[in-house]
Amino acid sequence: MNIYAVTFYLIAAVILAATALAITQRNLVHAVIYLIISFLGTALLFYLLGAPFLAAVEVIIYAGAMMVLFLFVVMILRVEKAGEPKFRPGQWGPAILLGFLFLLVVAVLVFKDPGSRATLQKAVAMPRDFGHFVLQRYFLALEIISFLLLVALLGVLHIVQGKGRERTGEPS
Amino acid sequence: MIVPYGHVYLLAGMVFSMGLVCTLARRNLIMTLIGVEIMMNAAAIAFVAAALRWQQLEGQAFVLFIIGVSAAEVAVGLALILGAYRRTGSVDPDSYNILKW
Repeated sequence: MNIYAVTFYLIAAVILAATALAITQRNLVHAVIYLIISFLGTALLFYLLGAPFLAAVEVIIYAGAMMVLFLFVVMILRVEKAGEPKFRPGQWGPAILLGFLFLLVVAVLVFKDPGSRATLQKAVAMPRDFGHFVLQRYFLALEIISFLLLVALLGVLHIVQGKGRERTGEPS
Repeated sequence: MIVPYGHVYLLAGMVFSMGLVCTLARRNLIMTLIGVEIMMNAAAIAFVAAALRWQQLEGQAFVLFIIGVSAAEVAVGLALILGAYRRTGSVDPDSYNILKW
Protein backbone atom coordinates (compact mmCIF):
# COMPACT_ATOMS: atom_id res chain seq x y z
CA MET A 1 0.00 0.00 0.00
CA ASN A 2 1.89 3.03 -1.22
CA ILE A 3 1.13 6.70 -0.95
CA TYR A 4 -1.11 6.65 -4.03
CA ALA A 5 -3.33 3.93 -2.65
CA VAL A 6 -3.65 5.72 0.70
CA THR A 7 -4.57 8.92 -1.12
CA PHE A 8 -7.12 7.11 -3.24
CA TYR A 9 -8.91 5.53 -0.29
CA LEU A 10 -8.92 8.83 1.60
CA ILE A 11 -10.42 10.65 -1.37
CA ALA A 12 -12.96 7.87 -1.88
CA ALA A 13 -14.03 8.12 1.78
CA VAL A 14 -14.42 11.90 1.46
CA ILE A 15 -16.49 11.58 -1.72
CA LEU A 16 -18.77 8.92 -0.28
CA ALA A 17 -19.30 10.74 3.02
CA ALA A 18 -19.97 14.09 1.37
CA THR A 19 -22.40 12.59 -1.14
CA ALA A 20 -24.25 10.65 1.54
CA LEU A 21 -24.58 13.80 3.65
CA ALA A 22 -25.69 15.79 0.62
CA ILE A 23 -28.55 13.51 -0.36
CA THR A 24 -29.94 13.31 3.16
CA GLN A 25 -29.92 17.01 4.07
CA ARG A 26 -33.32 18.65 4.33
CA ASN A 27 -31.83 22.12 4.02
CA LEU A 28 -31.07 22.64 0.34
CA VAL A 29 -28.21 25.06 0.93
CA HIS A 30 -26.41 22.53 3.12
CA ALA A 31 -27.00 19.85 0.50
CA VAL A 32 -25.42 21.99 -2.21
CA ILE A 33 -22.41 22.84 -0.02
CA TYR A 34 -21.80 19.16 0.74
CA LEU A 35 -22.09 18.45 -2.95
CA ILE A 36 -19.38 21.00 -3.66
CA ILE A 37 -17.09 19.05 -1.31
CA SER A 38 -18.00 15.86 -3.16
CA PHE A 39 -17.15 17.41 -6.52
CA LEU A 40 -13.86 18.81 -5.23
CA GLY A 41 -13.01 15.29 -4.06
CA THR A 42 -13.86 14.02 -7.52
CA ALA A 43 -11.51 16.60 -9.00
CA LEU A 44 -8.72 15.33 -6.73
CA LEU A 45 -9.52 11.80 -7.87
CA PHE A 46 -9.23 12.86 -11.52
CA TYR A 47 -5.86 14.41 -10.74
CA LEU A 48 -4.74 11.19 -9.06
CA LEU A 49 -5.94 9.12 -12.01
CA GLY A 50 -3.85 11.16 -14.42
CA ALA A 51 -6.30 13.69 -15.84
CA PRO A 52 -5.17 17.14 -14.66
CA PHE A 53 -7.14 18.99 -17.33
CA LEU A 54 -10.35 17.21 -16.37
CA ALA A 55 -9.65 17.99 -12.72
CA ALA A 56 -9.50 21.69 -13.56
CA VAL A 57 -12.66 21.43 -15.67
CA GLU A 58 -14.45 19.63 -12.85
CA VAL A 59 -13.57 22.36 -10.38
CA ILE A 60 -14.51 25.17 -12.76
CA ILE A 61 -17.72 23.77 -14.22
CA TYR A 62 -19.14 21.36 -11.66
CA ALA A 63 -18.03 22.83 -8.36
CA GLY A 64 -17.95 26.39 -9.62
CA ALA A 65 -20.60 27.11 -12.22
CA MET A 66 -23.26 24.47 -11.66
CA MET A 67 -23.34 24.54 -7.90
CA VAL A 68 -23.44 28.34 -7.88
CA LEU A 69 -26.38 28.07 -10.28
CA PHE A 70 -28.09 25.69 -7.86
CA LEU A 71 -27.40 28.07 -4.97
CA PHE A 72 -28.86 31.00 -6.89
CA VAL A 73 -32.02 29.06 -7.73
CA VAL A 74 -32.41 27.92 -4.13
CA MET A 75 -32.11 31.51 -2.99
CA ILE A 76 -34.49 32.82 -5.67
CA LEU A 77 -37.13 30.25 -4.79
CA ARG A 78 -36.77 30.79 -1.03
CA VAL A 79 -37.35 27.11 -0.49
CA GLU A 80 -34.32 26.42 1.67
CA LYS A 81 -36.55 26.07 4.70
CA ALA A 82 -39.55 24.74 2.82
CA GLY A 83 -41.30 21.94 4.60
CA GLU A 84 -40.33 18.87 2.73
CA PRO A 85 -42.02 16.05 4.59
CA LYS A 86 -39.79 14.27 7.05
CA PHE A 87 -38.26 10.87 6.50
CA ARG A 88 -40.93 8.70 4.91
CA PRO A 89 -40.16 4.99 5.04
CA GLY A 90 -42.70 4.28 2.32
CA GLN A 91 -40.72 6.48 -0.01
CA TRP A 92 -37.14 5.88 1.04
CA GLY A 93 -37.52 2.11 1.50
CA PRO A 94 -38.01 1.11 -2.14
CA ALA A 95 -35.46 3.67 -3.29
CA ILE A 96 -32.76 2.39 -0.95
CA LEU A 97 -33.67 -1.20 -1.85
CA LEU A 98 -33.24 -0.42 -5.54
CA GLY A 99 -29.96 1.33 -4.85
CA PHE A 100 -28.63 -1.67 -2.94
CA LEU A 101 -29.75 -4.04 -5.67
CA PHE A 102 -27.95 -1.96 -8.24
CA LEU A 103 -24.83 -1.81 -6.07
CA LEU A 104 -24.95 -5.60 -5.56
CA VAL A 105 -25.13 -6.18 -9.30
CA VAL A 106 -22.25 -3.77 -9.87
CA ALA A 107 -20.11 -5.46 -7.22
CA VAL A 108 -20.78 -8.94 -8.59
CA LEU A 109 -20.08 -7.88 -12.17
CA VAL A 110 -16.91 -6.01 -11.26
CA PHE A 111 -15.40 -8.66 -9.03
CA LYS A 112 -16.30 -11.62 -11.21
CA ASP A 113 -14.12 -10.12 -13.91
CA PRO A 114 -10.49 -11.16 -13.34
CA GLY A 115 -9.40 -8.03 -15.20
CA SER A 116 -10.67 -5.93 -12.33
CA ARG A 117 -7.78 -7.05 -10.13
CA ALA A 118 -5.24 -5.51 -12.46
CA THR A 119 -3.67 -2.58 -10.70
CA LEU A 120 -3.77 0.72 -12.49
CA GLN A 121 -0.48 1.97 -13.83
CA LYS A 122 0.42 5.55 -13.17
CA ALA A 123 0.17 7.74 -16.24
CA VAL A 124 -0.58 11.39 -16.82
CA ALA A 125 -2.30 12.86 -19.88
CA MET A 126 -0.81 16.31 -20.12
CA PRO A 127 -3.35 18.98 -21.13
CA ARG A 128 -1.38 19.67 -24.29
CA ASP A 129 -1.58 16.08 -25.51
CA PHE A 130 -5.19 15.83 -24.45
CA GLY A 131 -6.11 18.97 -26.40
CA HIS A 132 -4.35 17.72 -29.50
CA PHE A 133 -6.13 14.38 -29.19
CA VAL A 134 -9.61 15.86 -28.73
CA LEU A 135 -9.27 18.44 -31.48
CA GLN A 136 -7.88 15.92 -33.95
CA ARG A 137 -10.21 12.99 -33.34
CA TYR A 138 -13.37 14.47 -31.86
CA PHE A 139 -13.60 17.83 -33.51
CA LEU A 140 -17.15 17.25 -34.78
CA ALA A 141 -18.38 16.04 -31.38
CA LEU A 142 -16.88 19.13 -29.79
CA GLU A 143 -18.78 21.35 -32.22
CA ILE A 144 -21.99 19.44 -31.54
CA ILE A 145 -21.50 19.99 -27.81
CA SER A 146 -21.06 23.69 -28.39
CA PHE A 147 -24.26 23.76 -30.43
CA LEU A 148 -26.00 21.89 -27.63
CA LEU A 149 -24.90 24.56 -25.17
CA LEU A 150 -26.16 27.27 -27.52
CA VAL A 151 -29.53 25.53 -27.87
CA ALA A 152 -29.72 25.13 -24.09
CA LEU A 153 -29.03 28.84 -23.67
CA LEU A 154 -31.80 29.78 -26.12
CA GLY A 155 -34.19 27.33 -24.52
CA VAL A 156 -33.52 28.70 -21.05
CA LEU A 157 -34.10 32.25 -22.27
CA HIS A 158 -37.39 31.21 -23.85
CA ILE A 159 -38.59 29.30 -20.79
CA VAL A 160 -37.69 31.91 -18.21
CA GLN A 161 -38.82 34.95 -20.20
CA GLY A 162 -42.39 33.72 -20.50
CA LYS A 163 -43.70 36.98 -22.02
CA GLY A 164 -45.90 37.62 -18.99
CA ARG A 165 -48.32 34.82 -19.70
CA GLU A 166 -47.37 32.51 -16.86
CA ARG A 167 -47.16 34.87 -13.95
CA THR A 168 -50.57 34.00 -12.61
CA GLY A 169 -49.38 31.65 -9.94
CA GLU A 170 -46.97 34.04 -8.26
CA PRO A 171 -46.89 33.00 -4.61
CA SER A 172 -47.72 35.62 -2.07
CA MET B 1 0.79 1.08 -8.84
CA ILE B 2 -2.28 2.88 -7.58
CA VAL B 3 -5.16 0.55 -6.70
CA PRO B 4 -7.00 -2.37 -8.29
CA TYR B 5 -9.18 -1.30 -11.17
CA GLY B 6 -12.28 -2.81 -9.57
CA HIS B 7 -12.07 -0.56 -6.54
CA VAL B 8 -12.43 2.59 -8.64
CA TYR B 9 -15.40 1.03 -10.42
CA LEU B 10 -16.95 0.10 -7.10
CA LEU B 11 -16.55 3.70 -5.93
CA ALA B 12 -18.26 4.90 -9.10
CA GLY B 13 -21.07 2.39 -8.54
CA MET B 14 -21.57 3.54 -4.95
CA VAL B 15 -21.75 7.19 -5.96
CA PHE B 16 -24.14 6.29 -8.78
CA SER B 17 -26.47 4.38 -6.48
CA MET B 18 -26.48 7.32 -4.06
CA GLY B 19 -27.56 9.57 -6.90
CA LEU B 20 -30.22 7.02 -7.82
CA VAL B 21 -31.60 6.98 -4.27
CA CYS B 22 -31.58 10.79 -4.20
CA THR B 23 -33.47 11.00 -7.48
CA LEU B 24 -36.04 8.41 -6.46
CA ALA B 25 -36.68 9.31 -2.85
CA ARG B 26 -36.51 13.06 -2.45
CA ARG B 27 -39.69 15.07 -2.86
CA ASN B 28 -38.09 18.22 -4.17
CA LEU B 29 -37.37 18.92 -7.79
CA ILE B 30 -34.02 20.57 -7.03
CA MET B 31 -32.83 17.50 -5.12
CA THR B 32 -33.98 15.33 -8.01
CA LEU B 33 -31.81 17.35 -10.37
CA ILE B 34 -28.90 17.09 -7.93
CA GLY B 35 -29.32 13.32 -7.98
CA VAL B 36 -29.00 13.31 -11.76
CA GLU B 37 -25.83 15.40 -11.41
CA ILE B 38 -24.36 12.90 -8.95
CA MET B 39 -25.08 10.06 -11.36
CA MET B 40 -23.33 11.87 -14.23
CA ASN B 41 -20.38 12.52 -11.95
CA ALA B 42 -20.17 8.81 -11.15
CA ALA B 43 -20.16 7.99 -14.85
CA ALA B 44 -17.30 10.45 -15.32
CA ILE B 45 -15.29 8.70 -12.58
CA ALA B 46 -15.81 5.37 -14.32
CA PHE B 47 -14.69 6.80 -17.65
CA VAL B 48 -11.50 8.30 -16.23
CA ALA B 49 -10.67 5.02 -14.51
CA ALA B 50 -11.19 3.14 -17.77
CA ALA B 51 -8.99 5.62 -19.61
CA LEU B 52 -6.20 4.94 -17.12
CA ARG B 53 -6.76 1.18 -17.20
CA TRP B 54 -6.30 0.86 -20.95
CA GLN B 55 -4.01 3.87 -21.34
CA GLN B 56 -6.31 5.38 -23.96
CA LEU B 57 -7.36 9.00 -24.12
CA GLU B 58 -10.87 8.26 -25.41
CA GLY B 59 -12.24 7.90 -21.90
CA GLN B 60 -11.06 11.35 -20.90
CA ALA B 61 -12.49 12.86 -24.10
CA PHE B 62 -15.87 11.37 -23.23
CA VAL B 63 -15.71 12.88 -19.76
CA LEU B 64 -15.36 16.26 -21.43
CA PHE B 65 -18.56 15.59 -23.37
CA ILE B 66 -20.35 14.32 -20.26
CA ILE B 67 -19.52 17.55 -18.47
CA GLY B 68 -20.80 19.62 -21.40
CA VAL B 69 -24.06 17.69 -21.60
CA SER B 70 -24.65 17.89 -17.87
CA ALA B 71 -24.04 21.65 -17.91
CA ALA B 72 -26.73 22.04 -20.58
CA GLU B 73 -29.03 19.72 -18.67
CA VAL B 74 -28.66 21.67 -15.43
CA ALA B 75 -29.39 24.97 -17.15
CA VAL B 76 -32.55 23.71 -18.82
CA GLY B 77 -33.69 21.77 -15.77
CA LEU B 78 -33.32 24.73 -13.43
CA ALA B 79 -35.17 26.97 -15.88
CA LEU B 80 -38.03 24.46 -16.02
CA ILE B 81 -38.12 24.32 -12.22
CA LEU B 82 -38.30 28.12 -12.11
CA GLY B 83 -41.16 28.09 -14.62
CA ALA B 84 -43.03 25.44 -12.67
CA TYR B 85 -42.48 27.38 -9.45
CA ARG B 86 -43.94 30.49 -11.04
CA ARG B 87 -47.05 28.60 -12.05
CA THR B 88 -47.69 26.69 -8.85
CA GLY B 89 -45.64 28.33 -6.12
CA SER B 90 -44.04 25.08 -5.06
CA VAL B 91 -41.23 22.72 -5.99
CA ASP B 92 -42.96 19.65 -4.60
CA PRO B 93 -43.89 17.38 -7.51
CA ASP B 94 -47.10 16.45 -5.67
CA SER B 95 -48.46 19.97 -6.18
CA TYR B 96 -48.35 19.74 -9.95
CA ASN B 97 -51.91 18.55 -10.40
CA ILE B 98 -53.42 21.05 -12.81
CA LEU B 99 -54.37 18.27 -15.20
CA LYS B 100 -56.10 16.30 -12.44
CA TRP B 101 -59.81 16.70 -11.69
